[in-house]
Amino acid sequence: MAGILDQLREEAEKLERRVTLMEVCGTHTHSVAGAGLRRLMPQKVRLISGPGCPVCVTPVDYLDRALALAALPGNSICTFGDLMRVPSSTVSLEHARAEGARVEVVYSPRDALDMARANPDQRVIFLAVGFETTVPTIAGALAEAEAEGVPNFLILPGNKTMPQVMRVLVDDPELDVDGFLLPGHVSVITGWRLFEFLTADFDVSGVVAGFLPTDVAQGVLALVRQAVEGKAEIGNVYGRVVTAEGNTHALELVDRFFEPSDEVWRGFGTVPGSGLGLRPEFDHRNAALIEVAVPPPAEPVGCRCGDVLRGVIDPPECPLFDAGCDPDSAIGACMVSSEGTCAAWYRHERWTEGAGS
Amino acid sequence: MCLAIPMVLVERNEFEGVAEIDGVQRRISVMYVPEAEVGDYVLVHAGYAIGQVDADEAAKTLELLREYSDSMVEL
Amino acid sequence: MKAPKRVLLAHGGGGHLTRRLVEELFLPALQNPYLATLTDAAVLPEMPPGRPALSTDAFVVDPPIFSGGDLGCLSICGTVNDLAMSGARPLWLTWALILEEGVDGDLLETCVRGAASAAKDAGITVVAGDTKVVPRGKGDGLFAVTAGLGVVPPGRDLSDTHIEPGDAILVSGPIGDHGATVLAHRHDLVASGLKSDCAPLAGLVETLLESGAAVRALHDPTRGGVVTVCHEVAGRSGAKVVLEEKALPVRREVAGVCDLLGLDPLALACEGRALAWVAADDADRALKAMRSHPLGAESEIIGNMEAGLSGAPPVVMKTRVGGERPLDLLSGLDLPRIC
Repeated sequence: MAGILDQLREEAEKLERRVTLMEVCGTHTHSVAGAGLRRLMPQKVRLISGPGCPVCVTPVDYLDRALALAALPGNSICTFGDLMRVPSSTVSLEHARAEGARVEVVYSPRDALDMARANPDQRVIFLAVGFETTVPTIAGALAEAEAEGVPNFLILPGNKTMPQVMRVLVDDPELDVDGFLLPGHVSVITGWRLFEFLTADFDVSGVVAGFLPTDVAQGVLALVRQAVEGKAEIGNVYGRVVTAEGNTHALELVDRFFEPSDEVWRGFGTVPGSGLGLRPEFDHRNAALIEVAVPPPAEPVGCRCGDVLRGVIDPPECPLFDAGCDPDSAIGACMVSSEGTCAAWYRHERWTEGAGS
Repeated sequence: MCLAIPMVLVERNEFEGVAEIDGVQRRISVMYVPEAEVGDYVLVHAGYAIGQVDADEAAKTLELLREYSDSMVEL
Repeated sequence: MKAPKRVLLAHGGGGHLTRRLVEELFLPALQNPYLATLTDAAVLPEMPPGRPALSTDAFVVDPPIFSGGDLGCLSICGTVNDLAMSGARPLWLTWALILEEGVDGDLLETCVRGAASAAKDAGITVVAGDTKVVPRGKGDGLFAVTAGLGVVPPGRDLSDTHIEPGDAILVSGPIGDHGATVLAHRHDLVASGLKSDCAPLAGLVETLLESGAAVRALHDPTRGGVVTVCHEVAGRSGAKVVLEEKALPVRREVAGVCDLLGLDPLALACEGRALAWVAADDADRALKAMRSHPLGAESEIIGNMEAGLSGAPPVVMKTRVGGERPLDLLSGLDLPRIC
C-alpha cells in the first residue's frame, strides 16, 4: 500500500492542475472514509463522493409508499437492512414495525420469496432498491416465483442504474469531474464497456476498482496517470472479477423482467431512463400498482442531502451535520445508511484532531 | 450497493449451491454462474453468486479482507 | 426431573400444576436447601465480610437454544459475570421465568438443566425463583429475569476512574463468538465450528485478582460488544482507548459470519469473556494469570490507554501497518446490510 501511495504522489507532481475524481459507489465511500484515504491524497488530487448509495438516493415518496403498503392488513414488507432506519415523510420502517406493521429484514430477495411461500395468506412485498449489482438477485427471485407459481410475491420497484446519472454529473457546471472511480461490483454484472460513454461523449476517464483500500488507491493511481498523460480511457484494476462484457446470464434475466424507466433521485429530481421498472406483463408482481394513500412528500428543513449526493458540498457544509443530524438521530438519508456519505464522514472524518496521536 | 464477498463453492446443482468462507456456509443461488465448479471461487451478493473470481486473486482478496484497514500509513 | 409436555397457563396459576412444575422440574434440577423450603423469601446466612454487590438482568435470546448454550445457562452466567466484573464473589441468584403458553416442555427442560449446570460451574446457588405464564402470542417463548448478590472482599476496588494512560487492555479469549452464533442461526448460515462462549467467569476473575497484578477495572463485552465497552471506559476514565488490530483474537468462523453479513466482530456480544484494564507494568503477569485458567487460555493483550484529547476520537484501532482509524459506537441494532 505504501508503494502505491508513493507512486501516486510522484504522478500527482506531474499534474498541471488539480483533478477532481468522483466515486459513485457507497462501498467505495465507506472504504475511502474507513481507511482515511482522502487525507492521504496528494494536494492536487481531490476525491469526492457522488450518489453512490442507493438508499440515500431513494426519494422520500418511495419510503412513504412502502410505509403505506405496510400499514394495509394482509401485507408484509421485506427489505434489506439498509432501508430500515431511513426517514420517510413520517417515520422509518423500524418505527413502523414497532407500531405493528409487518416488516422483515432479509439478507436476500430469496428469503422474501421463502416468506411468501410460507405465508400464502400474506401479500409479501420486497422493496427493490439497489443498483445493477442487486437487480439480478431480484430478477432471480421473480423468475423463481414465476416458474413455481407463487402468486403472493411482489416487488416495489425502486432500482436505479448508473450511466444516466453519471451523465448528469458530468454535465453539471458546478462540478468539474475529471475522472470516475467506477463501481466494482456493478461492473461485474454490466461489464466495464457500459462506461465507455464517458470517454466517447465527454472525454472523461474512468477506472473500475475493487473495494479494499489498496484497490481504491490503485484505481486513483490509474486515473491520475491518465490525467498526467492527457488520456481519457476506461481502465480496469479489478481484473480478478470484472470483464468487458459482464455477466450475460444476469443481464438477460434482468432484461426479461425490467425495462428502463424514469426515476427520481434524491438531490437530482427525475433522471430519465435511470430506473428499472417491471415490464407490463409482470403487473401482477408490481406493488406500485396497488392503490394506497401516500402523503405528500416532506423533506426535512435545512437538509442538504441532495447537494451532498451531487458532490457539490462535503457533509460538514450541511447545517444539520452533527448539529441535530447524526447516525443515532438521522434527519437525512445520507446519514442513516452505513454507506451514506454523511454517515461515513461522521464515523471517520469528523475529528478535528485526526486519528494520529 | 456492493457488499459482495469471494466464497468457495462447496456444492452445486444446476441452480442451487452452497458456498463457504472461513468455515461458514450458506446456501446460494448459482443460476448466474453456470460454469463455476465445486472448488471455484465465486463472488456472492445478497444470496446469489454474481461472478467468478480468479482463484489466486481470491486468496489474495481474502487475505486483504483480513487486513481491511492496512492503508492508514503515517506520513 | 420431569418437565410437562407443554407449558399451560395453569402452570403459572399458583395452584396444583405450578407446584408440580416446581417440585418435579425446578427443585430436582437446582437442588439446594434454600429453594427447597419453598417459602416466600430465601433467608440467607450472614454475608461474608466486604461490600454487598447486587446485579439484575433480563434475557430474551432468540433462539433460546443455540450451539454452546441456552437461555438457562446464559441467564446464570450473565448475572454471575456482572458481579465478577465488579470484583464481587457471586453468592446467590434469583431466577424468574416468564413462559409463553404452549412452550415445548423439552425446551423448558433444556433451559432449566442449562441453568443448573451453569450454577454448579459458577459455584453459586439459585435461592429463589418464580414462574409466570402468559397467553399464547403474548410472549416470545421464554424470558428469564435474574438478580445476583455477591460480596466485594475488603480492599478490593475496581473502577474505570482508576484507569490511566499507559494501562494495558487484555481480553480473555476470542471475541464475538456468542453474537456470531446467534446471528448465524437467524440468517441460515451453517458453521459447525461456531459456538457461543457462554461461561461463568468468577473463577477466572479470582485467579487474575489473586495474581497481584494491579487490575483497574473489568468488563464483560455483552450486547454491543467490545467497542461499546471501550466507549464507556473512555468516557468514564477520560483516557483514549487504543486497540491493536493484529492482536485481536477472532475465530475464523466469526470473521466469516461478519464478512457475510457486513458486521464487525468488535460489535458482537460475548457471553464468556472478560476485558481487563491493568497497570502497564503488570500486563505480562496478568496475561500469565489469565492464561493459567481454562477459560482464559486464549487471553491476549489487545491494546492500551493513552491520554485523551478533546476533539480526537475516544476509541481508535491501530491497523496492521501502524496507522489508526477511529472506532465509532453503533447506532441502534447492527442490521445485516448489502450496501
